Amino acid sequence: MELYTLLVIIALPFVAGLASILLPSDSRTPATWLAGATTAACLALTLSLYPSVHGGGIVRHRLEWVPSLGLEFTLRMDGFAWIFASLISGIGFLVVLYARYYISPEDPVRRFYFFFLAFTGSMLGVVLSGNLILLVVFWELTSIFSFLLIGYWHHSQAARDGARMALTITAIGGLALLAGVLVVGHIVGSYDLDAVLAAGDRVRRHDLYVPALLLILLGTFTKSAQFPFHFWLPNAMAAPTPISAFLHSATMVKAGVFLMARLWPVLSGTPEWFVIVGLAGMISLVLGAYLAMFQQDLKGLLAYSTISHLGLIALLLSLGSPLGLVAAIFHMLNHATFKASLFMAAGIIDHEAGTRDLRRLSGLFRYMPVTGTLAMVASAAMAGVPLLNGFLSKEMFFAEAVETHADSWVDTIAPYAAVLGSALAVTYSIRLIHSIFLGAPPPESFPRAPHEPPFWMRFPVLFLVLACLLVGIIPGLTIGPFLHTAVSSVLGDATPEYSLVVWHGFTLPLAMSAVALTAGALLYLAAGDYLERAEKPPLFGRFEGQRIFERVTVAISWRWARLVEDVFGTRRLQPQMRLLVTAAIAAGAIPLLASGLSFGTSGNATLDVAFAGLWAVGMVCAVGAAQQAKFHRLAALALLGSTGLVTCVTFVWLSAPDLAVTQLVVEIVTTVLILLGLRWLPKRSKALLDPSGIFDRMRRLRDLALAVLAGAGMTAISYAIMTRTRPDSIAGFFVERAYSEGGGRNVVNVILVDFRGFDTLGEITVLGVVALTVFALLRRFRPAPDSIERPEQQRIQRSYDEAEANREAGATAAEYLYVPSVIMQWMFPVIIVLAAYLLLRGHDAPGGGFVAGVAMAAGFILQYMAAGTAWVEERLRILPVVWIGVGLLMAALTGIASTLFGDAYLTSYFRYVELPLIGKVPFASATLFDLGVFGLVVGATVLMLIAIAHQSTRRLRAARLEEEREQEERQQWS
Amino acid sequence: MELTLAIAIGVLTGSGVWLVLRPRTYQLVIGLSLLSYAVNLFIFSMGRLRVGAAPLLGADGTGNPSNYADPVPQALVLTAIVIGFATTALLLVVLLVSRGLTGSDHVDGRESR
Repeated sequence: MELYTLLVIIALPFVAGLASILLPSDSRTPATWLAGATTAACLALTLSLYPSVHGGGIVRHRLEWVPSLGLEFTLRMDGFAWIFASLISGIGFLVVLYARYYISPEDPVRRFYFFFLAFTGSMLGVVLSGNLILLVVFWELTSIFSFLLIGYWHHSQAARDGARMALTITAIGGLALLAGVLVVGHIVGSYDLDAVLAAGDRVRRHDLYVPALLLILLGTFTKSAQFPFHFWLPNAMAAPTPISAFLHSATMVKAGVFLMARLWPVLSGTPEWFVIVGLAGMISLVLGAYLAMFQQDLKGLLAYSTISHLGLIALLLSLGSPLGLVAAIFHMLNHATFKASLFMAAGIIDHEAGTRDLRRLSGLFRYMPVTGTLAMVASAAMAGVPLLNGFLSKEMFFAEAVETHADSWVDTIAPYAAVLGSALAVTYSIRLIHSIFLGAPPPESFPRAPHEPPFWMRFPVLFLVLACLLVGIIPGLTIGPFLHTAVSSVLGDATPEYSLVVWHGFTLPLAMSAVALTAGALLYLAAGDYLERAEKPPLFGRFEGQRIFERVTVAISWRWARLVEDVFGTRRLQPQMRLLVTAAIAAGAIPLLASGLSFGTSGNATLDVAFAGLWAVGMVCAVGAAQQAKFHRLAALALLGSTGLVTCVTFVWLSAPDLAVTQLVVEIVTTVLILLGLRWLPKRSKALLDPSGIFDRMRRLRDLALAVLAGAGMTAISYAIMTRTRPDSIAGFFVERAYSEGGGRNVVNVILVDFRGFDTLGEITVLGVVALTVFALLRRFRPAPDSIERPEQQRIQRSYDEAEANREAGATAAEYLYVPSVIMQWMFPVIIVLAAYLLLRGHDAPGGGFVAGVAMAAGFILQYMAAGTAWVEERLRILPVVWIGVGLLMAALTGIASTLFGDAYLTSYFRYVELPLIGKVPFASATLFDLGVFGLVVGATVLMLIAIAHQSTRRLRAARLEEEREQEERQQWS
Repeated sequence: MELTLAIAIGVLTGSGVWLVLRPRTYQLVIGLSLLSYAVNLFIFSMGRLRVGAAPLLGADGTGNPSNYADPVPQALVLTAIVIGFATTALLLVVLLVSRGLTGSDHVDGRESR
């Protein structure tokens, strides 16, 4: 039971997300209920697992994924994962409640909840993964869904830019993380988290430790917005506020520090870890807090403050001491609580007052006293004021910063950086409270009249602020046991003694706290007015990672791309084709030149005169087609068809009856197809296009040389192969088992529908896709102006009709080739019978779904040719798209049926069935598969042919409208 | 017989390559069709040439593999023929649409120079 709980926790958000798309578009309330119920269920399931993880227990759920590669779908929950899963689903639930009031009914709600739920599922996946590769997969999913969430209001440029930047940075980090995880997997020999956690010493001593560390840290730093990758986070503030509250408190950015803590037993404790993580954390801590002071956008201030707090957590993790880890985990929880509530409060202010610009907001306390009080308490927690949760973890942080962990300058400046960062945090927290809530209301009124929000919109803030207070006052009774479970699951026996109480006596950390609070307050008193007016932060104003990012993006995606295109590219097809052909010839020639070409002696040495005569015709036709294709298209088509027929006869001659029938019917439909297309090509005027210049001649000579070279090469290679004896191939396998296992005597057909049935399924899918593409392309077809007019022949026939008194216009065209067309109509049932015959005998004799399908399609198109589009469509509804769909489904379902009997996909089933009167009839499930192939081929072929044939009726319609308009004009003039 | 077919494959390839390098879209269609004949025959010839040995088993369904032509290249070519038809259709339609949009049947959508 427990096992499936984990799977359900992860699967539920995805399933509910998909379900939310299916709701009607105006269903804000049902979607909210769905999302709320989902997150609540995830929370409840997570909480129900507490007894199992309490006391160092681990819940695992293992499913095979790609066992040959060491990939397993392993879910694993220990105390640390448990506390994160509760945080994600709990804050997720509050965010849903809040979003109900925040998201306006005009916004596409379904999309919002789909992205939100999918993101929640991915995030739960990250924390519950028990396999590193699986973790990276979920990690990348969080990048993608956060991209979609940040860009939710995609009509706004800022949202699109912010989303793109977030995706670029975090996805690059994700790729680096994947590489790092692969290195770790290589060192450990397994991707399983338990194995990796147990192999810490081996990893740290390995030569590849530093590369692995750098790659993994690249992933976690980008995700957690650590310096120098911090700049995407403020730009991500273009997201709707509930999303910001979720992404930047409990999830997304926490994934980075989560992973650092997860792999802490493996990677930490080395000088490299200490310097890199410590330095990045310290710079983020101070720089984030410094930049936060100068923000005029409320959400911007919170964003930079998030960077700063994440820096604090990273710094704690860098120390490599167990107490540092305790403080880091504790601060992750505390930060999530107060930051989520602050973001929600910011959203309320924005929502009710119409702006979140700190310069325009003032004196809001008198309008919204409750929200104001809550925001003030949360800000105080952010600043680290005693009796709030932020104070406790900050106190632990100070204590750890003072300790000497590794003797280096980073360690020496750590306490000063800690106090400086905290002092700046106090300043920006005071600024937040003071400039929004206190003071007089601004002279010009707010964009909207501010008032308190609905109770349930405020409730999540209230809940979180109460949590801050309770943890801050009685930590041992509230968070204590859970924190201990989380910490001991990471540290195991190394779990240190620590005490969670507010009062430790007069200690150095307390003094540091006092200094930070006083200095921060004094700084605000001194510089508050300046901050209010500052346009840009001094000193670091030009120090923007964002600008570097933009410059790099432009350079790579625009300038370099243009440069490469200028150097290597051409917009003209012919030079490209020439390059391609040259490269192909070179690729064939180089190995031949290197190892020499020799011919074998096997095969039929005598020259078969009849066969040679046949191909003499074939080759003349091929060269003729090549020569005529420019000016005599119809002649070229006829010559092409003759070559095809010679090919077809060759197949008969050389023991390939299946190929011969297929080639024959395909030849017919190809000819019809090209004939239909000919009508839309321009007339060729010889004078205009005759090559005259010396350059033209040179070019043609060069092309001729290439063509001759290619042809000679193919001749040499194929002759060399054909005169060698055939090596042992898999042919014997198929011949021996075609009947005993596939139940058919036509080996080629058995290969297609049975042994290699999955390939065939892929091929017919391609066929269907191509047909639909042709159809879609032609739906918006615009013929060239000079092709709109009726073809010349029809004009001559028409003028004859008009000249004769007793003939209706169009009568000659209708009677044209009357006898053949009657015969073609008569042939329709015959062709259907032929197609059915070819289909049914296919398993044992030449035939099968492909050839039968094309034959059937030829039958349909003959009707079109014989009687005209309009006549056929009045009498026959073909519905080719249905044929395609039914055929494809049938082929796929036949395969699935075999899995129901416990066999592999597309395993065929074969037996003789006794039918009354008819007797013993072979029945193989492959026949059903072939029937699917048949349906798809019919549908695809007919769809393509009809789509082209229909263009002439479209032309008629256009011409008719034209004529009507001309007549109207004439009437007006007369 | 082998020599004949080898020369035929060469001539088909040469004609096809020549047409593929030409500027008119229709030449491209014909050229690719010729090339696909050549390629199909080439793949087919990988199974070596046999006369009167179609891979159809006798009534009892057993057979010695050495008595039959190689069925594997035949199976490959069979689907290739049908897919070849589909790509020819697609190419033709793309070219027609491009001619409708640009007013030119040059492969670049406009006359050179």
